[in-house]
Amino acid sequence: MYVAVKGGERAIKNAHLLLAAERRGDPAVPELSLAQISQQLAHAVDRVMTEGSLYDRELAALAIKQAHGDLIEAIFLARAYRTTLPRFGASEPVDTAQMEIRRRISATFKDLPGGQVLGPTFDYTHRLLDPALAEGSALAEPAQAEGGDAGPMPRVTDLLAQDGLIEPSPMADPDAPVGDLTREPLDFPAERDLRLQNLARGDEGFLLALGYSTQRGYGRTHPFAGEIRLGEVEVEFFAEEVGFAVPLGRVTLTECQMVNQFQGSKTEAPRFTRGYGLAFGHCERKAMSMALVDRSLRARELGEELQAPAQDEEFVLAHSDNVQATGFVEHLKLPHYVDFQAELVLVRRMREEVAAQDSGQAPMQEAAE
Amino acid sequence: MNAPAYNFAYLDEQTKRMIRRAILKGIAIPGYQVPFASREMPMPYGWGTGGVQVTAAILGPGDTLKVIDQGADDTTNAVSIRQLFAKTAGVCTTTHTAEATVIQTRHRIPETKLGEDQVLVYQVPIPEPLRFLEPRETETRQMHAHADYGLMHVKLYEDIARHGHISTSYAYPVKVDGRYVMDPSPTPKFDNPKMNDCAALQLFGAGREKRIYAIPPHTTVVSLDFEDHPFEASRTQASCELCGADDSYLDEVITDDRGGRMFVCSDTDYCEARREARP
Repeated sequence: MYVAVKGGERAIKNAHLLLAAERRGDPAVPELSLAQISQQLAHAVDRVMTEGSLYDRELAALAIKQAHGDLIEAIFLARAYRTTLPRFGASEPVDTAQMEIRRRISATFKDLPGGQVLGPTFDYTHRLLDPALAEGSALAEPAQAEGGDAGPMPRVTDLLAQDGLIEPSPMADPDAPVGDLTREPLDFPAERDLRLQNLARGDEGFLLALGYSTQRGYGRTHPFAGEIRLGEVEVEFFAEEVGFAVPLGRVTLTECQMVNQFQGSKTEAPRFTRGYGLAFGHCERKAMSMALVDRSLRARELGEELQAPAQDEEFVLAHSDNVQATGFVEHLKLPHYVDFQAELVLVRRMREEVAAQDSGQAPMQEAAE
Repeated sequence: MNAPAYNFAYLDEQTKRMIRRAILKGIAIPGYQVPFASREMPMPYGWGTGGVQVTAAILGPGDTLKVIDQGADDTTNAVSIRQLFAKTAGVCTTTHTAEATVIQTRHRIPETKLGEDQVLVYQVPIPEPLRFLEPRETETRQMHAHADYGLMHVKLYEDIARHGHISTSYAYPVKVDGRYVMDPSPTPKFDNPKMNDCAALQLFGAGREKRIYAIPPHTTVVSLDFEDHPFEASRTQASCELCGADDSYLDEVITDDRGGRMFVCSDTDYCEARREARP
């Protein structure tokens, strides 16, 4: 009877054992290695690194394995580890113009300096399930570009900026501290650096839906994919002790620069505006969605009328984090006996009052004047 | 791969210092919600990450910790949080309210009166008492700054106009030290009077919403009401079937599928102590 709510300790221990057994599955099937996850489920690893804000393929792969492939759970594991790490500074700004390009496309110009590089993409695959893949098969060697170095690949938005057709890219103040919403609570209205940090950590699905909503008319921004680039960039850190920037290593990034229409205002001539997206690894859908939402959230700064959810900073930034969202949604599983009991008492009392009223007995208490 | 190593009570000392500053500010301005840089914890948001961070920041090796959820020490989440601190801080734990120096709670205030050497840490899901009247943080912060609580009084008045009484049964808003309207966390309103002039320090942590607030010992805490509709701390009119208490908050336990039910104390320590004391 009352013992039903007892024994939490043993139940938790047994649940953990059962969970571990379910993760492993049939012992006759070989166990996944982290290298397999990192290489063959690379996009899952990229997403965990991006939304977990932790660039470490091995830890991300471990998180995915431990989470049975539940990516939000894996992101949570990465975040809970990341938050314990000491923060010793901020890197120098990375220069994506110097990126070692693996893929670079522009939807605004047919050809441009450095050319279009299709690279590894699902874009033009036919989505037909491939039975041959089920067994694993030998692959043809991918083609290599001839002549090696394709020369410089300037960013499309930099080319547009030469004619003043697009707003200049805002330059960071080198002396200003770098905002970090994991160290200071987010305050509204938020500056763009913090908004971008929030979006970079934000849930891919949430940003995808918001970005999509702007395309369907809820805060339309007339976007063009000015450029999407994927490749490796070097990260440098200014070391006080030696007095110059030292390379820390290389990271893979996906960058998306959206080019959006701007009607102009009383004081400004019409010109294109920017929306920016950046993600670790190869996360094109995320980078594009982020760029759409970034541009929408600039409505206030650009003097546009605020009318759609994607333009509402408090709405977007307060609900983008999937670790927070999943926690609060799933916390409904926790016991709420006490609150429910309080509601039961209240609902029973209100029903009694209604019943009494219906049967013409004691009239309902008069409201306060 | 570097094997992770964790500090006493999980959080690093710099984070604890940051949280302690927020707590001190909260104590200095009773009922005011202090923003703090809440960390990801090794448990999900909504599971008490705010309370856990506050507890981690104030816990010392000599403390004795009690954790309750719904008033009970043996509910799964209370067990889980107690184990976290037993493991990462190695502190003594107890289920006896009187023995604890720090009590972390979700949804209840213990029935046993708290003393001056105790701290009660509440887990808070939505710290903003005005949130369901005004969803925007930018607005509600201004309303608090101006002590503009008209909207809340209108809501309570409308309840009375519609139902004849205020239809809030838990998370019932209070005014602290005559200044800030505060959310007591989703405790039943039965517990509200215990917050007033309480000898123990009361700390509130909301992890996901990144807010900490406090009620210093012996602070005046008043449940909002009207002169002609005074606040009423309601409970089910029954006695505990296990210990016979007729003054405690009761859980309703369904015993069969034919409408059978029994009422038992929600505070398991209170109930057990009463049963042990019986001849």
